[in-house]
Amino acid sequence: MIFFKEVILGFRYWVIASGWCFFRRNVNDRQDDIERAKTEGKELTKEEKQRLRKEKKQQKKNKEKKDEKASQGSEKEKKSGSLAAAAPQPPAKSTTVKTPSAVPAPAPVSVPSSLEAPAPVDKPSKTKAELKAERRARQEAERASKPGKKGEPGQQAASGKQKAPPSELQPVIKRLPEHIQVDNPDVLKKLAKKLERQQIPLRLDYGYKVSLFSHLHQYSRKAPLTQQLSIPSTVIHPAVVRLGLQYSQGIVAGSNARSVALLHAFKQVIRDYITPPNEELSRDLVNKLKPYISFLNQCRPLSASMGNAIKYVKKEISNISSQCKEEEAKSKLLNCIEWYIKEKIILAAKAIAESSIEKINNEDVILVYGCSSLVNHILFEAFEKGRKFRVIVVDSRPRLEGREALRRLVQRGISCTYVLISAVSYILPEVSKVFLGAHALLANGYVMSRVGTSQIALVARAFNVPVLVCCETYKFCERVQTDSFVSNELDDPDDLMVTRNGKTQLESWQEVPSLGLLNLVYDVTPPDFVDLVITELGMIPCTSVPVVLRVKNVDQ
Amino acid sequence: MPGPYKETDLTERVEAFLSDLKRGGSGTGPLRGSAETARETTALLRKITAQARWSSAGDLMEIIRKEGRRMTAAQPSETTVGNMVRRVLKIIREEYARSRGSSEEADQQESLHKLLTSGGLSEENFRHHFAPLKANVIEAINELLTELEGTTDNIAMQALEHIHSNEVIMTIGRSRTVEAFLKDAARKRKFHVIVAECAPFCQGHEMATSLSKAGIETTVIADAAIFAVMSRVNKVIIGTQTVLANGGLRAVNGTHTLALAAKHHSTPLIVCAPMFKLSPQFPNEEDTFHKFVSPHEVLPFTEGEILSKVNVHCPVFDYVPPELITLFISNIGGHAPSYIYRLMSELYHPEDHEL
Repeated sequence: MIFFKEVILGFRYWVIASGWCFFRRNVNDRQDDIERAKTEGKELTKEEKQRLRKEKKQQKKNKEKKDEKASQGSEKEKKSGSLAAAAPQPPAKSTTVKTPSAVPAPAPVSVPSSLEAPAPVDKPSKTKAELKAERRARQEAERASKPGKKGEPGQQAASGKQKAPPSELQPVIKRLPEHIQVDNPDVLKKLAKKLERQQIPLRLDYGYKVSLFSHLHQYSRKAPLTQQLSIPSTVIHPAVVRLGLQYSQGIVAGSNARSVALLHAFKQVIRDYITPPNEELSRDLVNKLKPYISFLNQCRPLSASMGNAIKYVKKEISNISSQCKEEEAKSKLLNCIEWYIKEKIILAAKAIAESSIEKINNEDVILVYGCSSLVNHILFEAFEKGRKFRVIVVDSRPRLEGREALRRLVQRGISCTYVLISAVSYILPEVSKVFLGAHALLANGYVMSRVGTSQIALVARAFNVPVLVCCETYKFCERVQTDSFVSNELDDPDDLMVTRNGKTQLESWQEVPSLGLLNLVYDVTPPDFVDLVITELGMIPCTSVPVVLRVKNVDQ
Repeated sequence: MPGPYKETDLTERVEAFLSDLKRGGSGTGPLRGSAETARETTALLRKITAQARWSSAGDLMEIIRKEGRRMTAAQPSETTVGNMVRRVLKIIREEYARSRGSSEEADQQESLHKLLTSGGLSEENFRHHFAPLKANVIEAINELLTELEGTTDNIAMQALEHIHSNEVIMTIGRSRTVEAFLKDAARKRKFHVIVAECAPFCQGHEMATSLSKAGIETTVIADAAIFAVMSRVNKVIIGTQTVLANGGLRAVNGTHTLALAAKHHSTPLIVCAPMFKLSPQFPNEEDTFHKFVSPHEVLPFTEGEILSKVNVHCPVFDYVPPELITLFISNIGGHAPSYIYRLMSELYHPEDHEL
């Protein structure tokens, strides 16, 4: 009897499997064209992309027949308009995650390519043209009411990130960024598929990951993404390729530097952009930028400041009216980006320096950590204005960024002392103030900065030394975080190795199964360690960050 | 004549030991463990007792004090040398008192009652000659040596009382005592160890490789990440260079930060320190006993032109106040930091605090 049941089951699966193989054989010759096109590096034409989409939908359907799992919750229908050619997805189960970027949600993305509309799965019943028309209409309606809507529906609907919105507060519907879900194989599969579509190579994780951080990526610096790109690669603009390489090798580091470099690369992209026929600049350019952003994300996870800059650029692009001529539109965009850099970064630094100079007195001993461009700028300005102070630069392995700050300060003639972070409790009794830079300021008042910052703030608090954080407002971020584990970046673990007296203790760490190296990049400082935050809007306490964010959103 | 040869041989031994101490402290020679230093000091003192010429306990104490002063001057940061000298002095006093027949209670610290009733300080000048004194003292020193041999094992035996399974334990730098402690616990329990590497010497790397070879799940982190990962740590177990008389520590640099982080997260801080590390010094000012090594460990000479314009500090030790410490584990059991002063009074005589 058992034997009989097994045979029946086996038979059923064989039928489906053979049907699948059948289907694949028909599709194979079409696939060959597409493969050829990919290897030649040409961008897939729209028809080929649509064909790919259809085939994938069929494959998914066959899978669904095999799959006996009941779909949970409301099903999100992924509708792709003509503009979202890069992000098509078949009707998804609620466990799929949409094309992510590392931008912390909610992102008022001006390219809404998904709607929260539970719809039946029987797509084939409507024709494609009807669906397209429906989608277009819905998107126009949505764009008209854009200021009222915030964010995109999160895929983990079961985990219920929706809040019933009170009258003026926005609904907080967050989407989990992909880069903190590395332990979820579904998410990884989706990412791989998306990158394949965008023709960007997938970067592989390297080395043994500490179990506490298995949800984060860990890459090796010796295997940059650009090695896997074909030459010439016409999908990604060469300025962006160069930028990605600079990020992954650490040549461009520091959140201001990365944002400015990113914006300059975007300016180059816009200058070289030519609108294809029958396309609108406002929609097509945004689609062009998406693969670039994925590529940069693969090279190094995007920072909060970069995320905000990207949001701004996308918004400006989509606000270009279709009446605008191409040259005019392009120059307008270039001016917008120039304005952003000038106002948010350069002028903000000036304003912050002016307010901080009041806090620097003569005979002060100031402690700084690592290399923050903003803090360095403040110290230079104060020195120019004639304040007499000396600086203690604290540094830490393995990045040793403090040496760069030390060089710059010494060149200006400021008298400096240099110690490692383990000696900070020795040197703190001499210090009168601590100036720290920030990577991002989170909405619950925590300061996200280079790893080691929270330690310095802790020891400073124990010695009753005031801690001042300097941060421009464009780095303020809607995310909340309470510890340094859930969202962080893991750097190359090989950096921790050191050769002393000719011996490298950890040389063969990969071979020892129970040994792991952990090279964190960021940590979060609780607001009770920070006494003051200096921004271009003034000097505020750490807990006023959400107020500033709200004011900014109302302005926009 | 055997006499002078013995003496020159003895002085040679002492000189060799002194030069070893001087070299070992600069950080360039092989770093000796404190246990080794303690054992060698005690062996040397035994030799001095056996071979030097003395007639009464007072003479012997003078000789040992003189040698002890020379040894501590050679390497002031190596406090185990001075501690062993004081232990031996206390042994001599005890043996003398026992030979004289008086009970040991009389030699305890003078209480107010005793001062009032005895009517004046008792004159103890240790001038009496007792024939079996030499043998007794040597025997007592041998006992001390056996105790020293077994300290690490005694501490490691207590490991299972303090470590449960699935714990995350944090440590810093390299301590042989803590290594033995953790390896002993790992025989029966499974837990995870995070080692802070302790720049610039990065001794944490050695510790991590040794622990992982014993099958313990180990992670190496940079010093800067101590506070970041502290929230997931259940216990912090560290070794130390010296235990001070008030219950504070003089430990490798970075320990104060670790202790502050542990206090912030209310994580217990356990110090594994054998009794020979207990020193009768008090920390009157935090930086009166600092030790520095060459700053090229921190900023190497390859940095070139900025070197002459920059002050670079490379301190070796950190002071940790007793409020941040939860427990001391020593070869005679576990104690709170507030009990350390009492232990000290049992190990050393108050007149020996200043050698």
